[in-house]
Amino acid sequence: MPHNANPLSKMELSVAVLVSVGRHPLTARARRADHDARAVEMALSLGNANVQLIHAGDNGAPSEEALRSYLGMGLGEISLIKQSLGADVLPALAAWLRDAAPHLVLTGTRAETGEGSGLVPYMLAEILGWPVISGLAQVESIEGGIATVLQALPRGKRRRLRIRLPAIATVDSSAPVARQNAFGPARRGEFATRTCASAIDELQAQWSEQPARKRPKRLKIVKSASARDRFKAAAAKADSGGGQLLSDVTPEQGAEAIFTLLKGEDVLG
Amino acid sequence: MSETIRRDPRREWIARNRLHPEHARVIAALGGNGGGAVAISEWLGPNGVVRRNPRAIGFIGPNGIKRIDRSGLQQGGQPTATTTAARDSRRTVVIDQPAFLVAVVPDMTGGRLSSHDKDLLGLARRVADADVERPGAVVAILFGEYKGEGGGELKEQALGEAGIDRVVHFDDEFYAGFAPEARLAALSAVEREMTPRCWLLPDSPLGGADLGRRLAVRLGERAATGVWQIEADNKAPMGWRCTARGGGGSLDIQRPLPRVALALAECAEPVDETRHAAEQLTLSASIPATLSRIEDLGQVAVDPAGVALAEAEFILSGGNGVKQWDAFHHAAKVLGATEGASRVAVDDGFMARDRQVGATGTWVTARVYMAVGISGAIQHLQGIQRCDKVVAINLDPGCDMVKRADLAVIGDAGNILAALVARIEQYREQQQEKRNAA
Ligand SMILES: Cc1cc2nc3c(=O)[nH]c(=O)nc-3n(C[C@H](O)[C@H](O)[C@H](O)COP(=O)(O)OP(=O)(O)OC[C@H]3O[C@@H](n4cnc5c(N)ncnc54)[C@H](O)[C@@H]3O)c2cc1C
Repeated sequence: MPHNANPLSKMELSVAVLVSVGRHPLTARARRADHDARAVEMALSLGNANVQLIHAGDNGAPSEEALRSYLGMGLGEISLIKQSLGADVLPALAAWLRDAAPHLVLTGTRAETGEGSGLVPYMLAEILGWPVISGLAQVESIEGGIATVLQALPRGKRRRLRIRLPAIATVDSSAPVARQNAFGPARRGEFATRTCASAIDELQAQWSEQPARKRPKRLKIVKSASARDRFKAAAAKADSGGGQLLSDVTPEQGAEAIFTLLKGEDVLG
Repeated sequence: MSETIRRDPRREWIARNRLHPEHARVIAALGGNGGGAVAISEWLGPNGVVRRNPRAIGFIGPNGIKRIDRSGLQQGGQPTATTTAARDSRRTVVIDQPAFLVAVVPDMTGGRLSSHDKDLLGLARRVADADVERPGAVVAILFGEYKGEGGGELKEQALGEAGIDRVVHFDDEFYAGFAPEARLAALSAVEREMTPRCWLLPDSPLGGADLGRRLAVRLGERAATGVWQIEADNKAPMGWRCTARGGGGSLDIQRPLPRVALALAECAEPVDETRHAAEQLTLSASIPATLSRIEDLGQVAVDPAGVALAEAEFILSGGNGVKQWDAFHHAAKVLGATEGASRVAVDDGFMARDRQVGATGTWVTARVYMAVGISGAIQHLQGIQRCDKVVAINLDPGCDMVKRADLAVIGDAGNILAALVARIEQYREQQQEKRNAA
């Protein structure tokens, strides 16, 4: 990672990244969560920023392994807030962030385990009274307490936003891919553990969870009085016909027709 | 026009006499009100008896064989009547005194209801119509410009046909673009004034997913996200239980439906049998101005060549019919389109392998797909199934791509592309002049 091409100001910027334990989609093993790892990558690419990692949760052996792979991205330490199983980590995280007062908080869009609702960044933002944006793709500059960032839109488009710091931003798969984790740093990294009273999430305890069922495929329902229409709908080639056909036109006329369509569809920038 | 029926006995006689030399002409004239050359197959005879001409029934099918259509569409001589009946088959529903409100905030991507929005409105209708005696009303809160499906009243019709009873439209300028704080303030005002029983939003990235989470947090509700199914449940406080996707798509969470729910696409069938009022409402209280900490500086031009083919919105795709590839690349640049190709173009080495569209290439989802000199082999058409609008430029008017296309221009690809490039450059210049003038 080249550190010289850094567009950011010289001010010491502190960035906190909330990391969680992910779950491999096929093997279901604990791993570093993809979006969170991208958030760490984004924080590391900010050059002279002081990056802190925070994890709140219970810390069994497999999840320690997963958390170490964030350390393997080149960080010395991870702040671990011990919480009991099934606890609501929100108060603990909010308290930690209030103490540490970072300029920017990065998180993944949603967790890979548990409820995975993606509500945590929004709730933190409400508790702390900070602005929150989703889909952060790139940080362009941070100057005078204002960050200029690019937000990823669907279809590969980007939107430039200016947000006042401190702020929370979520990162999804349109952000740059996270670097590999290296074994040595992952072993050497340390956990700065602190305990905090756990608030049990009572609401969630009442819900029932089961492995995801396959969603039923939507059938094409043809509501029609006559058998002929139903047959036609069932046997028709997808979307054939109904189009406009221009033959025997000059290239200019054809181009004009295409131009009108493109303009109507708003694809000409 | 006079309503008196004037009889012409001679003409009637000729019409009955199939061997009369003028028979065909007279029949055509009698049936000619609508279709012109179509002979009528049924008419009222002079004695009040219905006469039928069995030879005039049916039509000649594509293979030259006579086909008779017994669905009633062709007979009766008035096909227009049946089509209007089909159009008006939606039941009109007006809910004057709703027992409660269900608020929906559709995404309105591009100023229109997306299919996700329509599914969501179907879900809202299920919640609203659960109790037939005391139906609720669906309130749609729209932001920004609304294009509708036509002009004028048609707009309300499109909204009504999607199942909307009431509309609250915020079209001030500061709601346009990415303005979550202003929109949240507006939604909070709606909450204060109308207190809907529940809020439904699409769980779509950057649309409802963002706004819905903000709203839930502001209202202090634990939102259900990724909802894809709801079932009636008497024990739940709202009377509904929902199934939500969680854990990165690996879990189904069953829980009572909360006041704010974010639903996935295909969570319910869109409304297609009823038409609702889509009555405009305005808020009585004004919305307090918010101090915005997020400022939208507008979209950034991205290099279309860098966009992944599967994601691209506008694709210019070339096939075996493209002869001048330099001109093709130039056209893609001027149009601002991402380049695609058919397999032949890739195999011949004109395009990179990752640009291939089709069964063995990429399945694209472009809004506009322009196929230049591509015949439309089934392997290629498979890859563009999910494209909205297809434009074809081809020499052969009978090829499958032209059949699939929404707009097909027959002619040489090189010439038409060149003309199109010229037209667009002219348009860009005009835009530039306008900007300079302003
Ligand atoms: C297993 C398998 C998988 C395949 N997978 C794919 C796939 O993923 N994607 C894919 O694209 N193909 C695939 N194919 C190949 C596919 O069957 C066709 O061969 C291919 O799509 C044809 O490409 P084309 O339309 O460019 O060429 P052609 O079929 O040669 O069509 C050229 C078209 O250009 C028109 N034309 C010629 N000159 C001009 C001119 N001057 N101006 C305008 N128009 C002109 C012609 O009228 C014709 O319609 C696959 C085939 C197989 C067997």
